[in-house]
Amino acid sequence: MGPISVKVKLFASLRTGRFEERDMELAPGTSVRALVHALGIPGQEVTLILVNRRHRDWDHVLAHGETCALFPPVGGG
Amino acid sequence: MDKILRIDMGAAGGPSMKEEPVGAYAGLGGRAMTSAIVSKEVPPLCHPLGAENKLVFAPGLLSGSAAVISGRLSVGCKSPLTGTIKEANSGGQAAIAISRYGYAAIVLEGKPATNDLYVIHFGKDGVKIKSDKSLKMLPNYDLVDKMKAAYGEKIACISIGPAGEMRMGAASIAVTDMETRPSRHAGRGGVGAVMGSKGVKAIVLDMTDLKMRQPKDVEKFREANKKFTEGLKSHPVTGQALPAYGTNVLTNILNEAGGYPTKNFSGGVFDGSAKISGETIADLETKRGGLATHGCHTGCVIQCSGTYVDKNGKFVSKQPEYETVWAHGGHCGISDPDVIAKLDFMDDNYGLDTIEMGVTIGVAMEAGIIKFGDAEGAIRLVDEVGKGTPLGRILGSGAEVTGKAFGVERVPVVKGQAMPAYDPRAVQGIGVTYATSTMGADHTAGYAVATNILKVGGFVDPLKPDGQIELSRNLQIATAAVDSTGMCLFIAFAVLDQPETFQALIDMLNAFYGLSLTADDVAALGKQVLSMERDFNARAGFTAKHDRLPRYFLNEKLAPHNVIFDVKDSDLDQVFNW
Repeated sequence: MGPISVKVKLFASLRTGRFEERDMELAPGTSVRALVHALGIPGQEVTLILVNRRHRDWDHVLAHGETCALFPPVGGG
Repeated sequence: MDKILRIDMGAAGGPSMKEEPVGAYAGLGGRAMTSAIVSKEVPPLCHPLGAENKLVFAPGLLSGSAAVISGRLSVGCKSPLTGTIKEANSGGQAAIAISRYGYAAIVLEGKPATNDLYVIHFGKDGVKIKSDKSLKMLPNYDLVDKMKAAYGEKIACISIGPAGEMRMGAASIAVTDMETRPSRHAGRGGVGAVMGSKGVKAIVLDMTDLKMRQPKDVEKFREANKKFTEGLKSHPVTGQALPAYGTNVLTNILNEAGGYPTKNFSGGVFDGSAKISGETIADLETKRGGLATHGCHTGCVIQCSGTYVDKNGKFVSKQPEYETVWAHGGHCGISDPDVIAKLDFMDDNYGLDTIEMGVTIGVAMEAGIIKFGDAEGAIRLVDEVGKGTPLGRILGSGAEVTGKAFGVERVPVVKGQAMPAYDPRAVQGIGVTYATSTMGADHTAGYAVATNILKVGGFVDPLKPDGQIELSRNLQIATAAVDSTGMCLFIAFAVLDQPETFQALIDMLNAFYGLSLTADDVAALGKQVLSMERDFNARAGFTAKHDRLPRYFLNEKLAPHNVIFDVKDSDLDQVFNW
C-alpha cells in the first residue's frame, strides 16, 4: 500500500514556528500520536484532536482523505 | 459593604434616597443579591418597564478587595426581553467602586412621572442626583466624555445609550473600563431599557481616594489569593490561551467541530471563519499597534481582552468577544474583521447587546430585509436602531419581535432571548442550558461547551444526549455561585480542572468574611440562587413548556453532522431536580 494523504490543521500556539494547514503524505496506519510526534510537537501541548470534525483520541488511526485538526488547550465564552 | 442604597425615582418632588443596613440580605453578593432582592420585592406579574420593577446593581462578595479578577458587577431586574428574572453581568470598574463606597447593592425603584433624565453621582460629599435634559439620546462614548469633563477623569460610569432611553429589548447597560471607555456591558435581557424606564442616564462614581476593602484574616487571605492567582496563571487556558487570543480563539474550534452557527443557524461550518478567527484578529491587532492582551478591570490576571485599531492605528473598539464576532460575523455571513469591530463599537455606543443585535440582523437577513453577507447593510441597520427609525425600533426589540414582525419561522430564541454562538444540535449540553436557564438562551448560565468541546472538566460527547442533563445542572449550580462572588466566570476553566484552585477560592471567601464554608456550601449557594430565580419565573407564569428549544432544532438536521437536538423533554424537566 502506498502512502495516504491527510490534511493537517494547526491552531493557536501550535502554529508558532510551524504552519496553519498542510497536506501530508503519511504511511498507512499512522496514528494521531505518531503524527504529532512526527511534527515535533510535545504531546502535552495538544489537548484537542478533531478528525473530520469529531473528537478523537491519540490512538485514532488516520485514513486517506481525513482532516486532522490539532488544538492546544483553549477556552472562552 | 454593609448597606443598601435605595433610590425612589418616582418620589413626589423628585428622586429620593434611603440608605439602610443590608439586613436580611447579609452575606449575599452579585447574582445572589440581585436575584434575592428581585425575587422577594418585585411582583412577578409586573410590567418590566413599570414602577413596580426594580433595577439592582450588586458587586460580588470579593469585589473591591485585593482578590484578583473579582470586579464583576451583577445587574438584576425583571427582564423586558424575556419576562423572566434577569441577572446580566459586566466587567469594568463599577463593581470595585460601588463596593468601596460600602454598598452591597444600589436599588433603583419607582418611575418618574416626568420625562426628566437623571445622573446619580457618588463623591466625597455623598450621593447627589440631578436632572440634565442635555444628555438626551447621547451615545455612551459621548456621554462618558461629558461625565469626565463634569466630574473628573478618575470616575467609573454606569450608563445607557439611546437604545436604553428608547426602552428597547436589546438595550444594554454600559460600564467603563480601566481607560474609562464604556466598553463593558451588562448586555443581556434588555436591562438598559429598565434603566431608561427609571429615567437614569448615568451613575457616576468618583474613584479618587477609595479604600480597598480589608479581609478579616489578612494573612490567610493573602495566602489564598496567592494560590488562587498561581492556579489561574498555571492553567493553560487562563494562563496562556485567553491572554494570547481572547475568547475569539473559539471561532476555529467551534467551526472545526461543526457547531458554529452559520447564516442564522442554517449550517454548522462557516467558510469565512479563518478571516475572523482569534488567531487572525490578535495578529492584526499586534501588527497595527493595538493590544492583543488586556484586562477589563483592575486586578484582572487573565487579560482576555484587547484593543482593536484600524490600519492607521486608530482606536476602533475593544477587542470584540467571540460571541460578538460570531453574531455580527458568521451568523450574518460577514467575514470582515473591520466591519465586525465597527459594529461592536456601534453596539457599545448606542448601548446594545451585541449578541441580541447580531442575531436580530441575521433574522432580518433571513427575512430578506438585506442579504446574508451584506456588511454595509448590517451597519445601516444598527444605525437605524440607534436613531430609532420605525425599522430600527423593531430590530432593537430583539430577534423574537423581529421574527414575528417579518414572518420568520427560524428564530433562534428561548424565552425571547437570542441564542449565542453554539448550535445546540452539535453542542447538545449547551442546548440543555439554553432551554432550561432561568435567563432565557444564555451560554454563560452553564457553559457546557467547556466539557462538550474544550475537554475542560472532562469530556461529554457533544453530539449525543447522554450525560448532558447532569453536565448542565452542575454547571448551572456552579455558575450561580461564581456569579455571586464577583469573580469572572473564566476562573471556572482553572477551577474545574484544579481542585486546589477551587479550594483557594473558598479559602479566600472564608478569610475575608471569617467563615468556614466548604465546597458543599458553595454548591448550596448556587442551588439557593437558582431556586429563587425559578420561583420568580414560576410566579411570573413560566412552566416546563417554556424550558424548550424552538421546534426547528428538533426537526431540522444541522450539517455537517446531520444531527437534531436529541435531549428528551422529560429529561429537560429533571435539570433542577437535585
